[in-house]
Amino acid sequence: MKKLLVTTTALVGFAYGAQAAEITVMSWGGAYAESQIEAYHKPFTAQTGVTVVSVDADNPAVPVEAQVKAGNVSIDVADVEYPDAVRLCDEGMLETIDHSTLPPAPDGTPATQDFLPGLLLDCAVATITFSTIFAYDASVFPEGPTSISDFFDLQKFPGKRGMGKRPRANLEMALMADGVPAAEVYDVLSTPAGVDRAFAKLDSIKGDIIWWEAGAQPPQLLADGEVAMTTAYNGRIFNAAIAENKPFTVVWDGQIQEYDLWVVPKGAPNLEAAMEFVKFSTDTQRLADQAKYISYGPARTSSSALIGLFKDGKTEMLPHMPTNPDNMKNALGSNFEFWADRNKELEERFNAWLAAN
Amino acid sequence: MAEAVAGSGGGLRTADGRPLGEALAQAQGRARRRALLLVAPLLLFVLFSFVVPIGQLLISAFSDDDFARNAPALGAWFDENPRGSPIDESAYAALAADLKAAKENRTAGQMGERINYEVSGARSLFTSTARNADKFEPPYREAILAARAEWDNPRLWESMRQASSSVTPNFFLAAVDLRRSETGGIERAPEEVRVYQMLFMRTFALSALITVLCLLLGYPIAHLLATLPLRYSNLLMIFVLLPFWTSLLVRTTSWIVLLQSEGVLNNILVGFGIIGDDGRIRMIYNQTGTIVAMTHILLPFMVLPLYSVMRPIPPSYVRAARSLGASSWTAFRRIYVPQTMPGVAAGGLLVFILAVGYYITPALVGGATGQLISNLIAFHFENSNWSMAAALASLLLLAVLILYWLYDRLIGIDNLKLG
Amino acid sequence: MTGRETRVPSETANATFVEFDRVQKSYDGISLVVKDLNLTVAKGEFLTMLGPSGSGKTTCLMMLAGFETATNGEIRLDGRPINLVPPHKRGIGMVFQNYALFPHMTVAENLAFPLEVRGMGKSEREAKITRALDMVQMGAFAARRPAQLSGGQQQRIALARALVFDPALVLMDEPLGALDKQLREHMQFEIKHLHESLGITVVYVTHDQGEALTMSDRVAVFNDGVVQQLAPPDELYERPVNSFVAQFIGENNKLHGRIEEIEDGRALVRLDTGELIDATPVNVSAKGQRTLVSIRPERVEFKPEMMPDGAHTIEAEVLEFIYMGDLYRTRLRVAGSDDFVIKSRNTLTQRRLQPGERIRIGWAPQDARALDA
Repeated sequence: MKKLLVTTTALVGFAYGAQAAEITVMSWGGAYAESQIEAYHKPFTAQTGVTVVSVDADNPAVPVEAQVKAGNVSIDVADVEYPDAVRLCDEGMLETIDHSTLPPAPDGTPATQDFLPGLLLDCAVATITFSTIFAYDASVFPEGPTSISDFFDLQKFPGKRGMGKRPRANLEMALMADGVPAAEVYDVLSTPAGVDRAFAKLDSIKGDIIWWEAGAQPPQLLADGEVAMTTAYNGRIFNAAIAENKPFTVVWDGQIQEYDLWVVPKGAPNLEAAMEFVKFSTDTQRLADQAKYISYGPARTSSSALIGLFKDGKTEMLPHMPTNPDNMKNALGSNFEFWADRNKELEERFNAWLAAN
Repeated sequence: MAEAVAGSGGGLRTADGRPLGEALAQAQGRARRRALLLVAPLLLFVLFSFVVPIGQLLISAFSDDDFARNAPALGAWFDENPRGSPIDESAYAALAADLKAAKENRTAGQMGERINYEVSGARSLFTSTARNADKFEPPYREAILAARAEWDNPRLWESMRQASSSVTPNFFLAAVDLRRSETGGIERAPEEVRVYQMLFMRTFALSALITVLCLLLGYPIAHLLATLPLRYSNLLMIFVLLPFWTSLLVRTTSWIVLLQSEGVLNNILVGFGIIGDDGRIRMIYNQTGTIVAMTHILLPFMVLPLYSVMRPIPPSYVRAARSLGASSWTAFRRIYVPQTMPGVAAGGLLVFILAVGYYITPALVGGATGQLISNLIAFHFENSNWSMAAALASLLLLAVLILYWLYDRLIGIDNLKLG
Repeated sequence: MTGRETRVPSETANATFVEFDRVQKSYDGISLVVKDLNLTVAKGEFLTMLGPSGSGKTTCLMMLAGFETATNGEIRLDGRPINLVPPHKRGIGMVFQNYALFPHMTVAENLAFPLEVRGMGKSEREAKITRALDMVQMGAFAARRPAQLSGGQQQRIALARALVFDPALVLMDEPLGALDKQLREHMQFEIKHLHESLGITVVYVTHDQGEALTMSDRVAVFNDGVVQQLAPPDELYERPVNSFVAQFIGENNKLHGRIEEIEDGRALVRLDTGELIDATPVNVSAKGQRTLVSIRPERVEFKPEMMPDGAHTIEAEVLEFIYMGDLYRTRLRVAGSDDFVIKSRNTLTQRRLQPGERIRIGWAPQDARALDA
């Protein structure tokens, strides 16, 4: 029996070696892609011998869609956001992933119960929770802003603002800053008046906004002094602050929590190895390992207990996690249904608003 | 050469009686065929790298079969029932059939996406309705309206009618901020999403401004280059050409380094006390940034045609004018400038057409207000709305062709000297 | 003057109009292109600056026109220093080497230009243009563009344009250089004729000595930044003051030797090959001095009956006989040199010399000029 297993493993390994010595994984670049390389790619290569090529995009969902539409797919696995995963899945552009093949938790809990609710989709498996927050340079504002409304308050906190060049998260933050409670944000945003209200709030600081497009940009803008405060993904600010000793402070008020998920584009050149990679990287230990490199929360319940220190060996990770209770006082979970349906339409409006003088 | 003699048939004939024209064609045919063979690789290259892709682009601007392909039943219904027919049970039955198929094939998103271009929220309507499509029972009208009341929207049905034909002018309408009304007529798009007309205007206005700036900056440089002794002018020419040898990205980012609010220029101004530390001027991530960076990048395209026109103008023309009693300004204005017009025209046309299609520089330094139409074309390509991108690109191409035609009518293309 | 009729109007004769006073010009601060030029041009005079390229003649013209500044010295026009006057205020007409007709204007517009910049009214302008075009027989071409004209026609227009605003002084910088020989000779005559009928002062630059001799009242021969000789054409041709002028103007036979005897304006020269010849000393004075004797080909005689009395003759061998239509040109070996040329008129009685024939040649002493070697 044991002999048989060894033979099978060898055969499987041989098969991979023959057809897929390499898979291409597309992610978001910067500190985030770095954390995936450390926690997933390197161990995967060590175990299977399959090289993982990490490539970056401002938003991997864009090239995935373009490649599938053009019928010329080179990406095997991509890290996309929830609404994109839902939408691409709806449009038949992704391979389905059989949840029963995902590894169970160490205590035997099946994956379907171990993942946080809603984080296993027909065509996607979540890896992390991140949040869009805003951060400022503590050396500029010693008595820093504390609430999301301060971000929109140019009188109290003068200076340029950095924001992502897309409607998502910006519209929600605008509404929360305008006094809409987190629980009602999407109800308001579902009405035309609510959309107008959000844009009106953005309009109040439009002249002072510098738009970023890639996740690695906001810490750079902040470091260069180009902006006084900026929205950003919390992990990017954490890395700049802890690993690079930048005086950046995160304001958790009004944070918007989202998820990143692995998807496999339809027509991926190395489908089998890609699926193997998805299974490998979403087991309890790998997800917990990633938190060693960046302050994003794991998608499995069983991983939380394994979170310890940052790779520097002294920083506790928990206070920096979006899901830490202290950080959750005024938090909003991004509504994926809403964005899957309305993103295109709101993007159009956003572009028109942006281009107008 | 055979001696030509008048033939009986009227035309000239060669000495041995062949028609002269035929003999000439035969004599030259071989040389022509050889010449054609030489340019054949280039012709093929141009055909496959230029003509074919542009043709495809134009076609995709008119066609999108994402809906038509996935809604055969609705397509049949629209064919049988002309515009204005009541949306009755048979229509809903066709819809239900298509949605059922869409659920199985997971194509509801594609269908909805196409309608969503014209009716906001259609995408979610399709996906959410399709999710339960296999449970619909007749009467379908009630069943579907019970699932989502929004289906009872004439605009939606008009939009589906248009989308059921894969050929549509709607992308072109959208590209000039127009749309189909509920009755199939044409109306202006709602104010909050109107953007393209303004962007086209801005693109042309900024391109014109950049062209004028290039001319104002480039003219003296070209004049200097043309009049300096060759030894110095070659050195200066290197400075003009240097930007050509540097990557576009490097040039653009170096403008960021110079112009950003913590950048070199602002630091100097603050250092000299000309502006306060809190009064740093915003010179980048706006129109100013686009104008400055693009003027710099396009300057050589103005200088080179000007230079090539100015270099052969002998100094004796201006001298003659001076000796005839013209002041140096009059001689410049009335004698020198008119002779450089072919260069001005060529440089202007070159810079303008390049500026109209410029993408990377406004994307990097233009912020929001410095974006040009090309940035939205890129946006639509990135978001896989190829038809919209193609429609915008075709309009841009058309506008440039019209300008070229106007230019030919007003100035004459044979007056152009590119170098 | 030697019997040549001067066309300078009597009341202004010898009135200095243009004056170069100790003018020097340097482009690089190291060498001088024009070295200490002192030159006057009388009102109504036709003065030609003749010289090889690089001799400084064009530079002088450009200084006069105002396109170059004199490094030192003063240029006066009608008694007024003009060093600091800009070109357009000098009121000097100029014809350029390549005509410099404005290509974007018609002939009439070209001619109107100097009048327009002077603020002249339309009707007056038109009258002047018509007159100037008629003057050069180009009245029918007013609406043409320069590119539609032949070289000779462009030349006439350039001339008309330089004259249309009635300048008192007209400068011409090798204006006929681009024309073929026949047209050039015709234009020389026309320019000369215009000069006479208009009474203008002309300073003319050329490197063509034939042109200079045909047209000028006086010719200034330039070499190496210095005027070598300033004289009327006949004097220049017949009595060059140094070997440069002698060689530059017209064809010339040279014989090298030493002064054997010198007295009363006659010299006896011993050639390097031993023969004795007669000569007139020009800028040689001492016995034993080396000299270059210059003799014009048409003044050499070989028929004994035509030989002047008492002239020394020397032996020559005929090398080549060339038939040139109006002239015979015969190349001889004389005193060891192979390029001694004689010209004789093609007349009924003229004898054709045969190659290999040995003859004796001679000349009147005043035709052989002993110059500095």
